[in-house]
Amino acid sequence: LYEQAARNRRRTALLVLSVLALAAGVGYLIGLVLGVGVMALAVALAVAALGSFSSYRFGDRLVLRAMRARPVSPEEEPRLHNVVEGVAIAAGLPKPAVYLVDEKAPNAFATGRDPEHASIVVTRGLLDLLNRVELEGVVAHEMAHIQGRDILLGTVVATLAGSAVLLSEFLLRWFWWGGRRRGDGRGEGAALLALVGLVVALLTPLFAAAIRAAVSREREYLADAAGALLTRYPPGLASALRKIAADHTPMRVANNATAHLWLNQPSRVPGEGLHWFERLFATHPPIRERIRRLEEM
Amino acid sequence: MGAMVWVWVAVAVAGVVLLYGVVTYNRLVRVRNRVENAWSQIDVQLRRRYDLIPNLVETVRGYARHERDVFEAVTRARAAAQAASGVGPQGAAEGELSRALRQLLAVAENYPQLRANESFLALQEELTATESKIAFARQFYNDQVMALNTLIQSFPSTLVARLARFRPREFFEVEELPRGPVEVRF
Repeated sequence: LYEQAARNRRRTALLVLSVLALAAGVGYLIGLVLGVGVMALAVALAVAALGSFSSYRFGDRLVLRAMRARPVSPEEEPRLHNVVEGVAIAAGLPKPAVYLVDEKAPNAFATGRDPEHASIVVTRGLLDLLNRVELEGVVAHEMAHIQGRDILLGTVVATLAGSAVLLSEFLLRWFWWGGRRRGDGRGEGAALLALVGLVVALLTPLFAAAIRAAVSREREYLADAAGALLTRYPPGLASALRKIAADHTPMRVANNATAHLWLNQPSRVPGEGLHWFERLFATHPPIRERIRRLEEM
Repeated sequence: MGAMVWVWVAVAVAGVVLLYGVVTYNRLVRVRNRVENAWSQIDVQLRRRYDLIPNLVETVRGYARHERDVFEAVTRARAAAQAASGVGPQGAAEGELSRALRQLLAVAENYPQLRANESFLALQEELTATESKIAFARQFYNDQVMALNTLIQSFPSTLVARLARFRPREFFEVEELPRGPVEVRF
């Protein structure tokens, strides 16, 4: 588990470095095209560095806000708070903050930068669906993500991917409307727009690949196993996953930048299975396989 | 010339041994502190359970006045657990208290009005939660004790441990409560 924590920290550093390198490259290119030289490179680097730092420092708050999570008091949800506190004791960690998302789809995730600054989030649907032992299994799975520092990498990936999606949508719109208004325009501007279009076209699959590379499916199995070790009761999580697998309620706040954070990959479309575009970002092993492995423990 | 080499070798060996001693000593202190911290976690949860009991007994008494034996057993077990000291006796006393409490809840099952009582349900949730926290704290404590004892008993860290008088700790054993989907029934 300590090795895993070290590996996650390494991966986060690597990810931030590659984002900086990417920004430097794009900045250099823009500098060449516009003829402003090193200026653009410096600005791009500064923006990327600021973005990386804030995704490390404030990423959890951004993610919580994006999921429309709200903090709940022990008076409001005594069972949830008790379970979180119990599992935290079992892990020897401070009790994380507890948040609730008003969604019917049963799901949960954890975010934060380290165990001292961690949050556990569950949906209303999860609380309604699971009994105490099953809830303990799910919370232990999330606690394992906290203990193994999966949350740091997951949160940084979510914020970076989220801003990339925002940026590419913004560029796409600007390209579309700006290009129309100006007609076919001058050669230099058109070349720049073509470049931007190319970047946008490349960005989405690139980020899909990056997210999948960063958050291997292996870590879900690891968190299942480590969580079962915390509760010493694998059937709890197995039974929770069975109930979750049987539930096909779509989730409104689901999106591809944050899908990898959840306990089970959320879907925005109703019915069994994921939309093809969501499968492109498939970050979770099939739930049936996870149940099978838990039953073998 | 030859003598100088041997002096340097001796100094290097002594340095390595000293360094190992310091590192191991610090590790022992760290693990021992973790054990102590884990024990205080257990203590917090045990106290919480003692605090819950008078209220619970009063609430049940309001509906089941003549079950005097059960109330007395719980009160006695609580006093004994509070008075117990040392890891072993504490474990035995807490096991006794758990049994008495389960009996109290079994009695409560026979009174439908009680089972519909809001404050009884809240107390029951608190009690269930506290007992599972005790179990989790115990599990964490025993893991830490295991780590400490392994360090104290295995070679060569045992040399440092003996020199610094570290003693193996006792596991906290309580009669295992049945685990599984035991839910609060309405």
